[in-house]
Amino acid sequence: MIEIKNLTVDLGSFLLKDINLKVEKGEYFIILGPTGAGKTILLESIAGLYPIKSGEIWLDGKEVTALEPEKRGIGFVYQDYVLFPHLSVKDNLIFGLRQRGRPKEEMQRVAEWLADLLGVSHLLQRRPDTLSGGERQKVALARALSVSPGVLLVDEPLSALDPQTREGMQQELRHIHQQLEATIIHVTHDFEEAIALGDRIAVLNEGRIVQVGTPEQIFRHPDSEFVARFSMTHNIFAGEVHQSSDGHTLFAIDDTEFEVVTELSGKLHASVRPEDILVSKEPLISSARNSLKGTITSISDRGSTIHLTVSTPLDFVCIVTRRSFDELNIEKGGEVYITFKASSVHVF
Amino acid sequence: MIGQIWRWLAQRRLTITFLLLGTIILLFIFVPLTKTLFSSSPSLLWETLLEGEVISSIWLTLYTALLATVVGLVLGVPLAYFLARHSFRGKRFVEALIDVPIVVPHTAAGIALLFVFGQNFVIGRAFHSIGIDFVLSVPGIVIAMLFVSVPFLINSAKQGFEKVDERLEKVARTLGASPWQTFFRVSLPLAKGSIFGGSVMMWARGISEFGAVLVLCSYPTIAPILVYTRLEEYGLNYALPVASILIIICLVVFVGLRSFAYRKEKT
Repeated sequence: MIEIKNLTVDLGSFLLKDINLKVEKGEYFIILGPTGAGKTILLESIAGLYPIKSGEIWLDGKEVTALEPEKRGIGFVYQDYVLFPHLSVKDNLIFGLRQRGRPKEEMQRVAEWLADLLGVSHLLQRRPDTLSGGERQKVALARALSVSPGVLLVDEPLSALDPQTREGMQQELRHIHQQLEATIIHVTHDFEEAIALGDRIAVLNEGRIVQVGTPEQIFRHPDSEFVARFSMTHNIFAGEVHQSSDGHTLFAIDDTEFEVVTELSGKLHASVRPEDILVSKEPLISSARNSLKGTITSISDRGSTIHLTVSTPLDFVCIVTRRSFDELNIEKGGEVYITFKASSVHVF
Repeated sequence: MIGQIWRWLAQRRLTITFLLLGTIILLFIFVPLTKTLFSSSPSLLWETLLEGEVISSIWLTLYTALLATVVGLVLGVPLAYFLARHSFRGKRFVEALIDVPIVVPHTAAGIALLFVFGQNFVIGRAFHSIGIDFVLSVPGIVIAMLFVSVPFLINSAKQGFEKVDERLEKVARTLGASPWQTFFRVSLPLAKGSIFGGSVMMWARGISEFGAVLVLCSYPTIAPILVYTRLEEYGLNYALPVASILIIICLVVFVGLRSFAYRKEKT
């Protein structure tokens, strides 16, 4: 368990102020904030790599605020991996154990075990500069885990990766978290990443923690404009992916079901962009797989576009142009059909 | 046809002009060196090399310059690392101070050293009391070489350390390495190419030093001073073979170490 009390950090141009966080043992904790919110420095401060102005850091019931970074037992993974370029993958993995003067057999065993866990066994003799981004990230993770840290801090681990590698890496992080029961603090600016991985999320905005809660709490009741805008423009739902008897992949939220395209399964999240939803008064006959009947619960005029909230009873935000809105001739309380393609739904 | 050649030349006016000017300065460096090398017969060079005075002065030059480099490594590398990692008021001043030995006349540098390390000043007297004298002695040669050549090492090492991502050191700390371990296992190995390159430059600069050593210590005689005294006392014909040998040694050492450093950089 790690607890951060009233932490204040001077970032030069602004302050990280009164940061209070409590992360439970084995929790996957996300710090979500826009780019430039000081997330990396917050992590460095927790690890003892950046001087703090005031506050306390407690790790497993012991205060570590004044401890040097090498004595804290906090692992760190930077966004762009920072592997030791002069050492092989294997020597990167056992760097920490070697500093502690552990016996050779133990170093060998740990290196093999970690390489196996992250699926990088075939890379052990390679140099970091010959690895791909995803491979480097795995080695960086394995290296941080080599000294069995009490808490693992990961800084934007997915943002430097291409989309396909990113999905694999996301699974890898979840896997490590479950298998090692690791306590992880992960910072990101990516809302979907936060929702997909986090047991709980803290939203950092303008140097302060503005909200802490489960992913659902955060996107249902956002306390910050940053999150609100994201929720507004993505129609996020928590539910479960399952296969129907006739071979379709369905996403189920309570009593509502719609078709999706994904390889994933289990408890997940889905999002549909408001501009990808068609609104009509009569059911549409089209190739789009999903058509739901609902009631308009709010109409918000944004100038050239109109934002509608349609309750099916799930709340979908839909964007229509002013012209369409006039032609549709709809009003609050009226019944409409919303239609979207299975491929417009993003499952994560 | 001629029109085409003319146009081809016209399009490359800048390149051609710069190439011509560059060739002049290259020849300016190259011709005197090779002329000196080939104006003494190999047998005369060999004979000269076997002269006791010549061989001992060359040996003296090489090892005093090496000693100066070792002292430079021990005292200069920590400073280089400190400057690469910290910013503070007056840092610019410190960096300018390091470059001063390069710009002052080296005879003046020798006089300055004589002033401080001679027995009329407290530092000189302190060293004298533990049996080290700097006038007309090997330590005198070493400090003269150290003074004029250590900026090359410090600057090169500093650039090397600046190129090492500070976050590598931070990661090492989170993996349990102390600041000392981090320096010796991460920062130093990653900057070693620059430090080695700087050491070669420093050594070469030490070997070629004349002015500062002459003021502090004309005897025992280092090779550059030997060349000069032979020129003064016996004329060009006697100075020439020694000069040739010195140039050959410097070229061999310099080219050898350079290519060694280059190969290391590539692997």
